Amino acid sequence: MKPIDHAEASSHFIEAKAHLEFHDRRLWDLRVKRDRQAHNIPEWEELRNLASAIKEHTLSHLGDYLEEFEAKAKSNGAQVHWARDASEHNQIVHDILSAHGAKTLVKSKSMLTEECDMRPFLETRGVKVIETDLGERIQQLDDEPPSHIVVPAVHKLRGDVSDVFARTIGSEPGNNDPHYLAEAMRRDTRPYFLGAEAGMTGANFAIAETGSFVVCTNEGNADLSANVPKLHIACIGIEKIIPKFEHLAVFIRMLSRSALGSPITQYTSHFRAPRPGTELHIVLVDNGRSQRLGMKDFWYSLKCIRCGACMNTCPVYRRSGGLSYGATYSGPIGIIIDPAFDIRKYSNLPYASTLNGSCTNVCPVKINIHDQIYKWRQVMAERNQLPLVKKEAIRIIGKVLSDPRLYRAAISATGLAIEHLPRFAIYNWLNPWGRQREVPEAPKRSFRSWYLENRRRQ
Amino acid sequence: MRVGLFIPCYVDAFFPEVGIATLQLLERLGIEVVYPLDQTCCGQPMANSGCQKDAAGAEALFVANFQEFETIVTPSGSCAHHVREHLDAIPQTPAVEKVRRGTYELVEFLHDIVKVEEFPWAAFPHKVGLHNACTTLRKLRTAKASEIDEPFFSKPLDLLRKVRGIEFVTPSRPDECCGFGGTFSVFEEPVSAKMGYDKVEDHHRAGAQYIVSADMSCLMHQKGCAERLGLDIGFIHIAQVLNGSRG
Repeated sequence: MKPIDHAEASSHFIEAKAHLEFHDRRLWDLRVKRDRQAHNIPEWEELRNLASAIKEHTLSHLGDYLEEFEAKAKSNGAQVHWARDASEHNQIVHDILSAHGAKTLVKSKSMLTEECDMRPFLETRGVKVIETDLGERIQQLDDEPPSHIVVPAVHKLRGDVSDVFARTIGSEPGNNDPHYLAEAMRRDTRPYFLGAEAGMTGANFAIAETGSFVVCTNEGNADLSANVPKLHIACIGIEKIIPKFEHLAVFIRMLSRSALGSPITQYTSHFRAPRPGTELHIVLVDNGRSQRLGMKDFWYSLKCIRCGACMNTCPVYRRSGGLSYGATYSGPIGIIIDPAFDIRKYSNLPYASTLNGSCTNVCPVKINIHDQIYKWRQVMAERNQLPLVKKEAIRIIGKVLSDPRLYRAAISATGLAIEHLPRFAIYNWLNPWGRQREVPEAPKRSFRSWYLENRRRQ
Repeated sequence: MRVGLFIPCYVDAFFPEVGIATLQLLERLGIEVVYPLDQTCCGQPMANSGCQKDAAGAEALFVANFQEFETIVTPSGSCAHHVREHLDAIPQTPAVEKVRRGTYELVEFLHDIVKVEEFPWAAFPHKVGLHNACTTLRKLRTAKASEIDEPFFSKPLDLLRKVRGIEFVTPSRPDECCGFGGTFSVFEEPVSAKMGYDKVEDHHRAGAQYIVSADMSCLMHQKGCAERLGLDIGFIHIAQVLNGSRG
C-alpha cells in the first residue's frame, strides 16, 4: 500500500484559489466564534479539566462502564450488540435489517459508520442507504467521503452543491441560492423518511448509569431518522461512554461551543427505550479502540468528542482540506488516530503539522494532540516508515551536526562539505525551499568567525 | 552572572548579525557571555522528524559544550524548547539534566531572570508587527495565546515597549502559525509557502514596516515568502531591536 501523500494532495487543493480562500475563511470564522463562546464562560478552562478528567476516568474503567451501560440499556428494552471490528459491525447491522426485511435505511451523520465503510457494504447487499444530514447527503450524492467530521462538505462552494444536486436530484441547474438548495434537498429526503423501514443514528454520548444515549444535531434529521421508522439502530463507539447523567452537562456545554461557536446544538436528543411497537438496537463498536487504549502515548486520543475544533484551528488543515488526508478522520485528530488503523498508509500524516500546538489549546477534553503528533513521528522513524530520501537526508544532517569540523565545513561550503554531502542531500532541501520562497543569502562570515575575530583577541 | 551562549546553526550560518546582537546585548547588561566554539545544533531538526537516533549525536555534543554552565541563553524559542522538553535521545545523565534545566530563550531570560528595566540605547521608529513563534508562544508561554482565556500578557511586548519610537500594528490573525515548522517547510512545501504568504500579507495589510520576532527561523521563512511576493517589509530579530538597531 502506497502511503497517502498529503503534501501532493494539498498542492492541488491550494491551486483551486476560490475554494481554498473560502475554506480557510469559513473554518477560521468557526474558530473565532469558538473563542467568543468559550471566553464568555469564566469557568471554561475548569470545564476542560473536568471533561478531561471524566473521560480519563471512564477510559481507565471502560469495561465496567460498558457492562453497566449494556445492563441498563437492556433493562430499558433496547437490544445490545457488540462488534469487535468494522466487518462485524456491518454484518450485525445487515443482519438486523434483514431480519426486519428493511430495504431502505435513513441515517443521520456518524463518523463511526464512515470508519466502518458501512454504506457500500449495505448497498452491495441491496439496502438503499440515505444520508439525511445536509452536508453528508451532499457528499454521498457526489460520491465523496466527508472532508470534515462536523461540516462534511465544507470544502464545497454553493455552486458545487448546485451542480451536484442538479446532476443527482434534479434541482434547477445554475441555481446557487442556499435556501433553494436546502429546500431541494428537503423535498428529496422527506419521502425517504416517511418510507424507510429502518433508521440509524450514531451517538455523541452514551450514559452508563441510565443506559441512554444522546445525539446532538442542528437539523433535526437524527430525530426523524430515529423516530419515524419502526426500527432504530444506533452505532456507538465504545469510547463514547460517560459514567453518569450529571456528567453530560459538562460535555454539552462544550461540544457545540467548540465545534461551531454556538452555545448549543438545535437538538440534543435523548434516547432511552424503544417506543411502543418499535425496536431499538444498539451496536457497541470497538474497531481498534481497545488496542489504542493499550498504547501508552496514544490512548488519550480516545477522549475525543468529535467536535472538530482542532481541525478548524489547524492552519494546515484549513489550507489542505480534509480529503488530502485520505482518511476518515482528518486534521490534527486524524493525524493521531489514523496511523493506529494503518501505520503504512498514514505514515506521512504526522508530518502534515507544524507542531504549532493550537489544536491542543482548543481541545475541549485537553488531548495533547501536538505531543502525540511528535510521538507518532518517532514511531514512524522507529518502524522505518520514512521515505528513503527523507530518511537519508536526515541521517546526513544528523551526522554533520554532531561533528563540529564537518558542520563548519558545511556552512562555509568548503571542499570537505562537498566531499561529505552528496548533492541530493543539499538540493533535497534547497529545491522545495526555493520553489515559492527566496533562499537566504549566505553572509560573508558565520557568527563563529566574527566571534573569533572580535572577542577571542580581547 | 555568567552564561553560555548558544547560537543555533541556522543563525550562525545565515544570520550572524542576530548572534552578534544577542552577544552585545547581554554584555551591555553586564553579563559575562561565553560562546563554546565547538557548538553546532541542539538536535531539533532530526528529533522533530522523529529520528531520535540521528538526533543523539548533536544532543550529546550540545551537552558536552554546555554542561559547565548554570545558565544557557539562546535567541531561539524552538531550540530552547527542544533542549528543555525534548532533549531525550541520549541517556538522561546529571549533566544532561543540568543543561536541560538551565536553558533559556533570550526574551524569557531578559524578562524573567535579568528583569531588564530599560534599553536606553534602543530606538526603533517604525511600525512593527510582532510575530510570536508557536513554540515560544504556546510551549514556552512567553505570551497569551488567543485560544486561552486568561489575562493578557506578553513578555516580548513588555520588552519592546521600552524601545523608543516603536509603534505596533496587529494583523488580523496575530498568532496563526506562519508555516515554517522546521522540516515541515520542505516536507510540506505547498502548505508551508501558502501559510507564509498569508502571514506576511496579513502583516503587510496591517501596515507593518517590520516584522519582529524572537525566532529567526520563522523570519527566514517569512522573508523568503515576502521577497518572492515582492512585499516591501523588513524582518528583524528582537535581539537586534533591543540592542539598538535602527532598522
